[in-house]
Order: sequence, then C-alpha cells, then structure tokens
Amino acid sequence: MADNKFAAYICSGCGIGDTMDVAGLEKIATREGKMTVVKNHPFLCNAEGVQMIRDDIANEGVTHLCIAACSRRAKAEAFAFPTAAVSRANLREGVLWAVAEGADHDEIRQEMAEDYVRMGCAEVKKMKLPEGNPNKGDAQNKRILVVGGGMSGMTAALAAADAGYEAVLVEKTGALGGFASKLWKRVPFSSPYAEPQATGVEEMVAKVTGNPKIKVHLNTTVTETAGSPGRFKINLAQESGSVSEESVGAIVQASGFTPYDMAKLPELGGGQANVVDQAGLEALAKSANGSAIKRADGKEVKSVVFVQCAGQRDDSGTHLPYCSGHCCATSIKQAMYFKDANPDVDTVVMYTDLRVPGMGEDFYRSAQQKGVIFTKGKASKVSGGDACKVEFKDLILDEETSTDADLVVLATGQVANAGVNLDDWTEVNTKAEGGDEAAKTQRTEMKTISVLNLNYRQGPDMPQFKYGFADSHFICFPYETRRTGIYAAGPTRRPMDMLQATEDATGAALKAIQAVENASQGRAAHPRAWDLSFPSARLEGCTQCKRCTVECPFGAIDEDEKRFPVFNEQRCRRCGTCMGACPVRVISFENYSCDTVGSQIKAVNVPDEDEEKPRILILACENDAYPALDMAGVQRLSYSAYVRAIPVRCLGSVNTIWITDALNAGYDGVMMMGCKKGDDYQCHFVKGSEMAYYRMSKIGDTLKQLGLEPERVQTQEVAITDNARVAKLINDYVEQLNEMGPSPMKGFG
Amino acid sequence: MTNANQQAVARYKNNFLKEVEERVEEGDMVKMCMQCGVCAGSCPLGSAWEHSPQKIFMMIRAGKRDEVLQSDSMWMCTSCYNCIVRCPRQLPITHIMHGLANYAHRLGIAPKGQPTREFAKTFWNNLIKRGRTNELTLTLAHYFANGIGPGIKTALNMQKIGLGMVMAGRLNPMEIFGGHSVKDLKGFHAVLAKAKEIEDRKKGFAA
Repeated sequence: MADNKFAAYICSGCGIGDTMDVAGLEKIATREGKMTVVKNHPFLCNAEGVQMIRDDIANEGVTHLCIAACSRRAKAEAFAFPTAAVSRANLREGVLWAVAEGADHDEIRQEMAEDYVRMGCAEVKKMKLPEGNPNKGDAQNKRILVVGGGMSGMTAALAAADAGYEAVLVEKTGALGGFASKLWKRVPFSSPYAEPQATGVEEMVAKVTGNPKIKVHLNTTVTETAGSPGRFKINLAQESGSVSEESVGAIVQASGFTPYDMAKLPELGGGQANVVDQAGLEALAKSANGSAIKRADGKEVKSVVFVQCAGQRDDSGTHLPYCSGHCCATSIKQAMYFKDANPDVDTVVMYTDLRVPGMGEDFYRSAQQKGVIFTKGKASKVSGGDACKVEFKDLILDEETSTDADLVVLATGQVANAGVNLDDWTEVNTKAEGGDEAAKTQRTEMKTISVLNLNYRQGPDMPQFKYGFADSHFICFPYETRRTGIYAAGPTRRPMDMLQATEDATGAALKAIQAVENASQGRAAHPRAWDLSFPSARLEGCTQCKRCTVECPFGAIDEDEKRFPVFNEQRCRRCGTCMGACPVRVISFENYSCDTVGSQIKAVNVPDEDEEKPRILILACENDAYPALDMAGVQRLSYSAYVRAIPVRCLGSVNTIWITDALNAGYDGVMMMGCKKGDDYQCHFVKGSEMAYYRMSKIGDTLKQLGLEPERVQTQEVAITDNARVAKLINDYVEQLNEMGPSPMKGFG
Repeated sequence: MTNANQQAVARYKNNFLKEVEERVEEGDMVKMCMQCGVCAGSCPLGSAWEHSPQKIFMMIRAGKRDEVLQSDSMWMCTSCYNCIVRCPRQLPITHIMHGLANYAHRLGIAPKGQPTREFAKTFWNNLIKRGRTNELTLTLAHYFANGIGPGIKTALNMQKIGLGMVMAGRLNPMEIFGGHSVKDLKGFHAVLAKAKEIEDRKKGFAA
C-alpha cells in the first residue's frame, strides 16, 4: 500500500454546488475518507477538470481516485483513467436529482451526499487496478471450430473465413450440406418471394471446400473439448478410427435438427403407405426431378393433402408443444412442386393457423395464385393406403368432414440435435461419482449423443431449454450461451428455416470472433467485454464446498483432484456469482469483492434510533436496476433520501455477509433489485438473479434469530424501463419500514 | 333442376371453385381469401346473414355448391363496401357477393321469394322496358308485390309524400301510362342484347 495515493474529486457542476455544501463534502473526504488529495471543480468532466485529474496521476502519483460527481453510467469516457483505480460517488442522479427539491430536504440531502462520498472513498481504498488475465498468453488461438456441416455450419465457417479467421469444420456424415442437401428446392430468400428456388447447397459446398482458410473433417465427431476461449483443445475421431487434435479459440455449434419421428403419429397415418413427412416428400420431388411427382408405388399423385402442425403445438403433452416456424412455408413450397408440374393436381394445405415468418406472406399469396387450396381445419385421423383419407374438423364451417387424396404429407416439426441434457446428466453423474456402477454405465451411454463432449465439471454439452434446444439468452442476447466462447447457431438453438439459419450462423461466427479477440486481450466476454478484472480465490481458506463450481452459470470453474476450484478465466464472465455463493468469502475480483461493497456498507453513517432517520441499503443490479434508478433521478421522480444504493455486477454476486453487515450496522432494511428470473429470465448472467432469490429465501430464519422481521430484507425484479416503479418501490418500502419501527439492532453495531 | 344448372353441374363436376372462378363476376379472387374473418366482422348486416362472406369462400373451396348458390346470404348485401375497404387481401367481396347472387339467379336456383331478389327483378324489368326507371310504376309494383290489400295500405301510408312530390314536380302522375323512354330505345335494347351475348360467351352460357 505504500505506493498508493488516494484522491477525491468533487464536482460542483450541474447544480450540485448550488444545492449542496461542497466544502462539507470535501471535509468528509479528507477526515473520514482519509483521502490524501481532495479537490473540487465546477465542471469536472470538461477538458480542464479531466486534465487536473490526469496531472495529479502523472505528477502527484495518485493511484486511486474517487470521483464524486454524476452516476458511473455518465461521462464514462471522460472519467476513464486506465492507470488508476476509480470509484464513483453518484451525487447527481443519485442525490441531487433523486431527492425532492426545497430547503426542507437540505439536511437529509446533504447527509445522503456525505454518505455517498464516504462510500466512494471506502470503496476505492479496497480496490486494485485490474491488470487483465495473467494467463492471457495461453489464449492466443483465433481459429474457429464449427461443429456441423449443414447450411448453418457452412455459413458460419465461410463468415469466419471471410473475416480473416481460420475455420475448422467438423461434419459427422460423409458429405457437407446437411438437411438442405436433401431438399429439392428451398423457399425464396428474396423478392418477389413467389417461386421455390434452387437450394444452392452444391455451390456452397464448393466454396467451403475451395476456401484455403477452412479445414474440413468429414465422417468426424468431437470426442473431447477441453480448455477455454482462446485455448480450446479438440479431440476428433474419424469413422475409420483415426484420431486427430485441433487447437481452436472458439466454437460454433451448428448441429442442426432431426424431423420429429412420424412413427409417433399413428393416428395421423405415420408409418402407413403413402403418408410421408416433409423430408419424405422432398425425396419424392427429387426423384421426380421437376416432372410429375409419383408415390412410392409409382402412381402419379393427382391429389395431395398437407397436414400442418402434425405432432406439433400439442397441448396434450404427448408431442412437440412448440411451433417449428418453417413448416407452413415448407408445405406451401411443396404444394408448388405439384402445381408447377401439373396445375390440375389438387393440393390442399390443412392448417389451424398459417404462420409464414419473414416475407412468407408473399409466398403464401403466390401459392394461392397457383391454385393451392388452404383449408382451415384440424386433422383428426389420416388413413394411408392406395386411397388416403383425411378426416378433419373444418374450423370455419364448424363441421366434421373428410377429404380423399393420393398422398398425405405430415408437417412434423424440428427436434434439436443438442446433445446431452445436463439436468439428466447431473443426476446420473452424481450417482456415478458416488460409486454407482449402473450410473457409470448410463453416463457412458448418455455421452454417445454428446455434440461437444466438453470435459467441463458441469457436463459434456451446453445447457438446454425445456424443449431440448441448445442454450441461448433468448430474450436479450440470443447468440449468447452459458458456455463462453461456444455459440449455438441454426435449428439446434431454436426452430428456424434456412434463411434464419444462415443469418443466425453469421451472427454466431461474429460472436466467436469477438470471443477469441477478447480472450487474447485477457478481457471478459459479453456482457462485460471491457472488463480486465478476473476472479481469484484464496484457496487456503477454501472448504471445498463446491458451491462456486456448481452455481457458476457459465461452467467456468472446474475442480482439481482435491476438489478445489480451478478457475478458467477465459470462460468467466465476471458476474461474481461465485463470490456471492462462497460461504467463506475467499473469491474476489481486484475491483469488486466482498470488501469493496462491505466497506461501503460500513462507511454509511447510521443515525441513532431517536433521530428517526432510517437507513435502507439498496443493492441494485448495475445492468437494469441501477440504470432505472438513474433514470428515475433524471426524470426527477423523487424517492426517499434515506436509501443508500450500491450497484452490484449481478444480484448473483450478492454475498449474504453484506446483508448481515448492513443489519448489524443498524440499517432498517435491505432492498435488492435484480433482473427478471425464471424461464423467461432477463438476467444478463442467466442464473444470477435466480440464485439471489434462492439464497435470500434461506435467510428468513437467520433474521428471526437476530430478532428481526423477515420483511426487512426484500428482493424485487426490476427492468431497465421501470423508472417510475423503482421510485414507488422505494417509497412504499420506506413507509412499510416506518410502520415497522426502527431496527432493534441500532446502536449495537 | 333447370337446364342451365344441369349443364353447369355436368361441366364442372365437383370442382365448384373452378366453376366460380370461370363463371362468377370476380370469382377468380375467391382463392386469395386467407380466412382472416375481417369481412365477417365488418359487415353491418352480419347478424342477418346465414353465412358470412368468409364462410361462403370456405364453402366454395369445400365444394358446397348447392348450399352456396341456394343461400340467401349474398342477397342480403347492401353494398356498403366495408368489407372491400377492410379486406387485407383486397378481395372485391361486395362484387363477388353480387356475382354469386347473379349467377345463382341465372341458373334459376336462387331462393324463391327472397325480397331483395324480387325487388331486383322488379327494378330490372322496369328499367329495361324504356331504358330508364319509371318511378311511379316501380314504386307501385313494389307496393303491390305482396298483394292488393297490403299494396293499398302502403300506398295510403305514403300518400302524403307522393302528393308532395307531385306538387314539387318530382313525380309525374301521367307516367302511369307508360312514361317516356330514352331517345333511342331500339339502340338501347340492342346494347343490352349484345352485352348479354358477350357475357354469356365469357361465362360459358353460350351453348
């Protein structure tokens, strides 16, 4: 600490100086904050103000600075000092604009500002300047592995190659092209969206194989993936038995889909003669090669019925509950195969809701022009054979009826090829690790369908959604997964058509490029891509409880033989969920730790009971809740001056020690604000807010032991747009605490 | 079954949609309906219809020939054009409804005694006689359509308005004797005959 020099800069601009006693704040920074240099400036973020700070860093040896001005979200560029540790005391959005105007509030406003200065000084004293990942030298590989050689995989490989990155393309079968190569034609991608188009697969395969930046492995699967972004080691096995190894920096998983098995649909004729699925019809169309389409028995098809949503959008729990998105357009395209060869063929598309995403509405119109009949009806029974029959309910005329056809096509949906389900895996793996022999066999069996065979502690593939699709932060950042540097693309991620898959694959390739670049610079990946801090653990204090390795949303932490955590920095997103999980508080970041927040909580001046000034701690997620608080200030939606807000990286990083510290110090309540949790989560770190809720649900008993009401700790879901709501939440909570009376812990801290 | 109807049935067999496309005014637009139901929801007389336009289109596709042509639904259309204005697929629904009504009428299978159909017939017959409507005979024919008793009753009810119109010079009582014609009545009739011939050829009635 000998070389550290601490400074505080207080801005009196934007009206801060008119409303608050800046000299008083300086006194606080000097006496209580113990800052060596304390200065004020009427316009700190202008060139002169910033130069003053720069000069102090250069000439006075200032290493740590607390800037007491606007929110940390404002003027981030002006106040960026890469060689100094910086804390920000939010006097503008958090005090000046948030507390009601008028002399009545002068006293509590000043107290709030003083506390924020105390907190900023306390925080910066515990901060270190992040130096970046010390192991970044290992993570310099910028090649991109693409698993799956279909439309998505080829697109991703080409996109990476076009951007100047080497790609390694691994395909399980003997040829590139995937599902698209089985198609006769594809739906149109461009105006006028009227006619089926050639798939273009052959040209694409030629482009991939001819590209010097793309290395193709056919008949190959991934047998092991080890490492992190920038330093993945991939073991590959060929069908012939030979093995090889590739080193890559990031991975795009484009493992595609399998059509839902129509054998599971006996009531719709699955398995009977002349009842085919859409893939079966493509095969018939391919062999017809543009002439009249014939059935398997050689008879020319004169009438065909397409049954949409076959085994999809099923609410009985038997079949797929979701819509696969592409099937309506695909059936329209296939009906055109018939109409284009012979306009007299009767083609009926039987649908309950026709959904044609993108520009599909033009394609739909084009089919109507060609005379394809669209019947709004739900098929109840299909019988195959020489004369097929479709029994259905006409949903417009509201009657049970039937129609005959030479051929029936079932539009079954897409089932993702997403590898091992990690929930099932964890269950089996836990038993296997306990020595259960049957579970060990089952575990080996399970791994045969794995796509990536990750050697991660949390399992061999990326997590899946409830419908078995590969991971995606689907509401906020669809390309993001919970496996850093591994991106899912195409229908393995969600049901989609070919155009969407190619767009998706391009996006995934770009994410992969970001990942290798961030890893090579020792920075975190999204959403803290600038962040040079990295987690470190004092292993001598670790009790090997494994909470961090289990709870890390990104599977970043493995375990060594002694069950100590092993951090893979390049996989880490710096959310701090491990820090929040750690019961012995040995995990920390240089600029964010149990101490940086804990010291802020302790720095607040908590008045005695008889002063009737409650103190409420707000731990606000910096991604959504803290901006909402700032915006409430910007909009002058005044909230209580008794709260003290501390931004946290994610609610998942909240360690219960902070709650205990706050309550012991005499705070009357603690309010946590985080993102939406659950299936439709908006948490930037996926599981962080959920973990926080789970942890807080467990502290009720502890509070009672302390003689405190459980309501003194609250957790709220806040979205970034909830400006008005946060102000109301705070004011309501203050009122509720007032009714409850002051905390009985006051004066003991 | 009328002769024209028998011929149509024989010609189109079970393909009613094709029959509508070829022989009904604007019938080739029926296939473009996407069954959204906006027409049915927009029709101010919707509750009076047995089948909404949406249903009529679906019935055409389902081959329900007799049910459509013998329905009185199309005859209920007041030509307010709400459906045309709102149809997201720009189907000329009003025109198709009149086209269907007209087609059923020509085949001789439109519902008998349907008031709008009867009035349309009265109006047309009155119009073609002299090339212009004779308001007095048209009104009286309409009043007496349901018999002498109701006719007299309606005429007496409307007496005041009628006299008012006479006084204002808007109604000439002498028109009762036939009224005046267009200048070239013979030419007018030739135009109608030619139009019918073209229409018949176009709609396949020529044979």
